[in-house]
Amino acid sequence: MLSVIKPGFFNSIQDKGRVGFAVIGIPVSGVMDAYASDMANSVLNNSLDAAVVELYIGSCEFQFLCATFICVSGGDFSPKLNQQAIGLNKKISISKNDILSFGKANYGARCYLAVAGGIQSEVKLNSRSFYKGITQDVFLQRGMQIAISKVTKSELVSNASIKVKALHFSSRNIKCYKGPEFEQLQAAQQKELFEKLFSISKDINRMGYRLNETIPNTLPSILTSAVLPGTVQLTPSGKLIILMRDCQVTGGYPRVLQLPEEAINCIAQKSINSQFQFILEDLKKQKTPF
Amino acid sequence: MKYKITYKPFGDAAILVAWDAEISVSISDDILRFRQKIIALKDSNIADVIVGYSSLTIVFKNSRIDYLSAVKNLKETYTSEYRGLKKTPIIWEIPVCYDLEFGIDLQEMAKNANLEVAEIVKLHSQKRYRVYFIGFLPGFLYLGGLQKQLFFERKANPRLNVPKGAVAIGGEQTGVYPTESAGGWNIIGKTSVNFFNINEDNPCFAKAGDFIKFVPIDKDQFLQIEKEVKDTSYQISKALDNA
Repeated sequence: MLSVIKPGFFNSIQDKGRVGFAVIGIPVSGVMDAYASDMANSVLNNSLDAAVVELYIGSCEFQFLCATFICVSGGDFSPKLNQQAIGLNKKISISKNDILSFGKANYGARCYLAVAGGIQSEVKLNSRSFYKGITQDVFLQRGMQIAISKVTKSELVSNASIKVKALHFSSRNIKCYKGPEFEQLQAAQQKELFEKLFSISKDINRMGYRLNETIPNTLPSILTSAVLPGTVQLTPSGKLIILMRDCQVTGGYPRVLQLPEEAINCIAQKSINSQFQFILEDLKKQKTPF
Repeated sequence: MKYKITYKPFGDAAILVAWDAEISVSISDDILRFRQKIIALKDSNIADVIVGYSSLTIVFKNSRIDYLSAVKNLKETYTSEYRGLKKTPIIWEIPVCYDLEFGIDLQEMAKNANLEVAEIVKLHSQKRYRVYFIGFLPGFLYLGGLQKQLFFERKANPRLNVPKGAVAIGGEQTGVYPTESAGGWNIIGKTSVNFFNINEDNPCFAKAGDFIKFVPIDKDQFLQIEKEVKDTSYQISKALDNA
């Protein structure tokens, strides 16, 4: 068991989400930064689908009630084991009663805690990802006991940490493709999308990131159609919203851009007011047209 | 009937299939048929197939598939014969209490539209509504077939907390809020029927292609049904659409 002593805010358990339930309106959910959670799971030799703890804001503290191995990945939230600083992206041995704490965010907006064998919380519709109305909990709560497996021996011999792309946290270039309604924009609007520097507003959560800047919008709304994580919607006010992992399955705002996985992961690590630029990728220039 | 449909990439891991942009039962039937055929392929590369009013989005599990051959396969699937069972749509009868206590916007709507509250209730519960698809929230049904007299603009300032079970009208659509949520639709009543319940094997009883009929009930009946829903003894009345 992993006991939550201090829960922080908006922290949750996530895996790769509930795939295939759009037919009843259920969002995919899942880790916001799959690059970082894959890293943490790989270091422990876990399946990449294993559930992890996703930390977002606030100092938080956990106590392990059994021995295991962990890996902390993603943003640097000053992780400490029994008050001693520990490194990121490394396998760390945990003894019974050890206290793991997180504090100041030095870089990044989301930090991941993986445990050997993965978090074993309740599964609803093939996923452990927290979501209101589906899992019992929406965020970590004080006193919560999270099921994990006791592991005393690690199959991994190497203790080497894995190198992380620094650009994953610092890059101001966000790759994107044209969205389904992109061609309906006027040339000047299209140009502005790629020339303007955009920034993350305060209005952000696991469903979507609203951007501060506007571009003139003359597009009518569309007949409600699918939206995906990474879809960039243009709202009537001219503000853009980047839909994230908990986004609804359908929407009515024009879909002007579509971010690939890699770019969604990048956005998930950006904090309020950080600036970036959309960089258009040509689908046809890839090895296969996809 | 033949439809003009187009295929385009939706990012690097999805394909958007679009019909003419209109809300029509025959287009919706065509979309649902196409979806059934795709699902029947049991293609392990396909993550999900998302229905819209006039679109179908095929989401792949990763971006490593070839777009042109994927479109070719989809076109073949579209024109193939559907061998599955023909599903008979179900008409679900949903009890709604249109009491002013729950229908908090009814009086204002009546005033603005020059209608009696009773007329709004009568018009709303007269027709059956087709479920086009489910989206927005788990268990939120996009219903079509609202009569013109009942078209009401969404509220300028959306409410932060629309209660679960609120029956409402937004623009040319009507619907039921499956959970408490923010929302800008005009609230005309309440139902205690669960539109989404994760503890059921089938969390949402309705599916695209079914119909919803709202049946007016009084406050006493509402309270009785609420009790039955709580102790799980309530069963929604349904009929098969054999027309």
